[in-house]
Amino acid sequence: MVKQLSDENDLKQKTGNANDSKADEVSDSLLDSHDICQFLTFSVDKELYGVDLLKIREIKGWTETTRLPNSPEFMKGVINLRGAVIPIFDLKGRFNIGETIPTEKNVVIIIAVGDRLMGILVDAVSDIIEVESGEIKQAPQMETRLDDKFVSGLISIENKMVVVLDVDSLFDTSSLNIEGNLVSDM
Amino acid sequence: MDELQRFKDTYITECFELLEDMEEKLLNLDQGSPDNEDLNAIFRCAHSIKGGSGAFGFDRITAFTHILEELLDAMREGELSPTREVTDALLQSVDIVRQMVVAAQSGQEATEGIEDSVANQLKQVVGGDSESASPKEEIVEEESDEISIFSIDFRPKEGLLISGNEPTLIINELKTLGILECVVDIEKLPTISKLNPEKCYLDWFFTLETEKTIDDVKEVFEFVEDECHLDIEKIAGFAKMVPTAEKAESNEEKIQEAEDKSSDDSKVQAPNTNVVEPLKAVDDTAKVPVVTSIRVDIDKVDRLVNMVGELVITQAMIAAQSSDISFEEHPRLVQGINTLSQHTRELQEAVMAVRMQPVKSVFSRMPRMVRDLSTQLKKDIRLEMSGEATELDRTVIEQLSDPLTHMIRNSVDHGIDTPENREASGKPAQGVIKLSAEHAGGKILLKISDDGRGVDRERVLQKAKDKGLVASDAELSNHEIDNLIFMPGFSTAEVVSNISGRGVGMDVVKRNIEALGGTINIINKPGEGSTFLVNLPLTLAILDGMIVRVGREKYIIPIGSIIETLRPKNDEVRKIADANDLINVRGDFVSILYLHKVFSIQGAEKNPSKALVVLVESGMDKFGLVVDELIGQQQVVIKSLEENSDAVPGISAATILGDGKVALILDISKLQELMGSVENEKHESVA
Repeated sequence: MVKQLSDENDLKQKTGNANDSKADEVSDSLLDSHDICQFLTFSVDKELYGVDLLKIREIKGWTETTRLPNSPEFMKGVINLRGAVIPIFDLKGRFNIGETIPTEKNVVIIIAVGDRLMGILVDAVSDIIEVESGEIKQAPQMETRLDDKFVSGLISIENKMVVVLDVDSLFDTSSLNIEGNLVSDM
Repeated sequence: MDELQRFKDTYITECFELLEDMEEKLLNLDQGSPDNEDLNAIFRCAHSIKGGSGAFGFDRITAFTHILEELLDAMREGELSPTREVTDALLQSVDIVRQMVVAAQSGQEATEGIEDSVANQLKQVVGGDSESASPKEEIVEEESDEISIFSIDFRPKEGLLISGNEPTLIINELKTLGILECVVDIEKLPTISKLNPEKCYLDWFFTLETEKTIDDVKEVFEFVEDECHLDIEKIAGFAKMVPTAEKAESNEEKIQEAEDKSSDDSKVQAPNTNVVEPLKAVDDTAKVPVVTSIRVDIDKVDRLVNMVGELVITQAMIAAQSSDISFEEHPRLVQGINTLSQHTRELQEAVMAVRMQPVKSVFSRMPRMVRDLSTQLKKDIRLEMSGEATELDRTVIEQLSDPLTHMIRNSVDHGIDTPENREASGKPAQGVIKLSAEHAGGKILLKISDDGRGVDRERVLQKAKDKGLVASDAELSNHEIDNLIFMPGFSTAEVVSNISGRGVGMDVVKRNIEALGGTINIINKPGEGSTFLVNLPLTLAILDGMIVRVGREKYIIPIGSIIETLRPKNDEVRKIADANDLINVRGDFVSILYLHKVFSIQGAEKNPSKALVVLVESGMDKFGLVVDELIGQQQVVIKSLEENSDAVPGISAATILGDGKVALILDISKLQELMGSVENEKHESVA
């Protein structure tokens, strides 16, 4: 049963990425069901999430941001990362499950999305996990609190569930733009 | 002379590039089966070098490249295959030409005869045809034999100037051949009212005493042969006083002298009169400084600029962190920090200067375009340019070409009328377009003005209404109507005329200019002409900014746009129901914009009489920005915000302050546009 699900998942990945198979490392590794995938897991509001390790550029402590005027609430502002100006998003805000009031204990994970770099504000970084891509299950609908277009799969590990995020769709700038305008209520 | 020298320098730099190209192509030349493209390229190189050398009077280069050209032509035609010997000879000749160009660069003659053996070799390869014997050879053999006196009757046709020839250059060149006497015949010169400056009315009669041959003299007129009536006659000739046997010796002496010249700057007295001329040339030109420049990959310069930018940030950080160190306790440290800041600034200026270029490179394309377009449109237009030497950042210049071309084209096409119509409206038949550049308040101001019809406000308004850009019952001020032409979807090509359909629309121009951090405005005087004012920043990398505080946020206002800062009294603020609040600045009413409202900032001072108003100007308009506090002035390095996130209306870029935090730089011209939207919103909320 598990196998079948993952096959379906594979198929989906295959068709979805037929044109740019080499472009995306995640989908590449997902193609081969015996491939080992690495994920960085972190917690937001007591839930565990994972992001493909290859997309992670850096993990740093929370520093105060500069807010961009009229930006959506979940857009915490921009920070200076060695001379580059990088936007920071509050994952909790992005999931519409509240807002993180950041303290020094919060962590910012810098990820690469397309050509851009951005930071996601999370509660804490948990672990780096290694799983065979076959172990990544397709997320049943309504299982999580999230819009399923942000979720690329689920991993069960030590009785805990890790929601694997699809950062590309999560921070797809075109959708951010529209929502941003809605949220800011210009 | 200066101008000529500049062209000469360009030509020489070009020569080196061409020679390099040629060498590369020659080395690539596949033996036996020559690639025609390559051969053509080599031929073009040789031809370009020859063409330029003729214009600047580098006769030896002309003569030599002529032979080269002939050989290459034979190769192109397939009459000659590029055997090893041929390519060897060609490569050698590249070296020879390079030597001659090097000599020309320092204003000297290349060593006598360096080209002879290769020239002979080349000629032999071509077929030893005596017909192709080089003029140079004749010079070498004949120039010292005798002194001749020529009478030259030079009667240019009227069209001589239009074909791009310049009699002054010809006369100058004749002067270099020997002693020249000149009589001008002004018989054909009309009265001033009938004078057409594009026509040549003058005839010349020269008497030339030279040691050159008649062919050399004829060569001076090579380019104008078809454009004039020319009679060259030898009226006398006598042998030189120096026996030919001594010639070689004297030549050696001459070279020796020339070499001495480089180490010893004392005036060289020629050993005898026959060799005075070339030596004089050495004397004259040795004073001209040799322009030395290197070509650097622009990426390298950009990297340098970026690093210096980082350095400036670090320096600002150190300065901020050390501001409370007292001089008494750590005099050396404080002194060091001060010196550091001074040096950083100087370094930054020096690096930025590397990227600066005169706007001339863009301006120089315009006269030709105006000429061609006006001919095409049967208009009579003069282009006057000034301030070409004004320097701008390379990136700005690159992106300036399109908008500028577009505006000039608009002026020619729509601005200036046909001569008949102009005369009918009491203007001189010839229209004038003025293009100028100048420094103005830390910025560059470009003016493009014409004395044409100006923008027809009625038609513009009608057009805008037809297109639904403004409401059909809208009442607009003249100023607002003039600015309609910058609206997207409003092609000026269709507004005033249909002569040419290539108008892209001024909105694109405006967008381009704004992308460069500049502003554009129009001063329109219907019937009298229009003027476009383009304000551009000197550089795109660094900006003098005023840091202001609004609530808890810090923003940077470009110093260039700030006029003054003031705190209005309570009774100087006028609340207007339907429009922006106004403040009274010494009798002038200026609209104000509350930054905390536009940017939705909490906790800012709402009362302008308790806050501060920074008066800024965007193009022709000024307005006030309400801020809480001025924090200080600082030079900031512009960082792209859009590299990692999306554009924010009202913010042009970001920078990093001394404490490492990001601060946003305000986009003044965008804020001006935002003023309207805020007012609408406010209006709605009131209702």
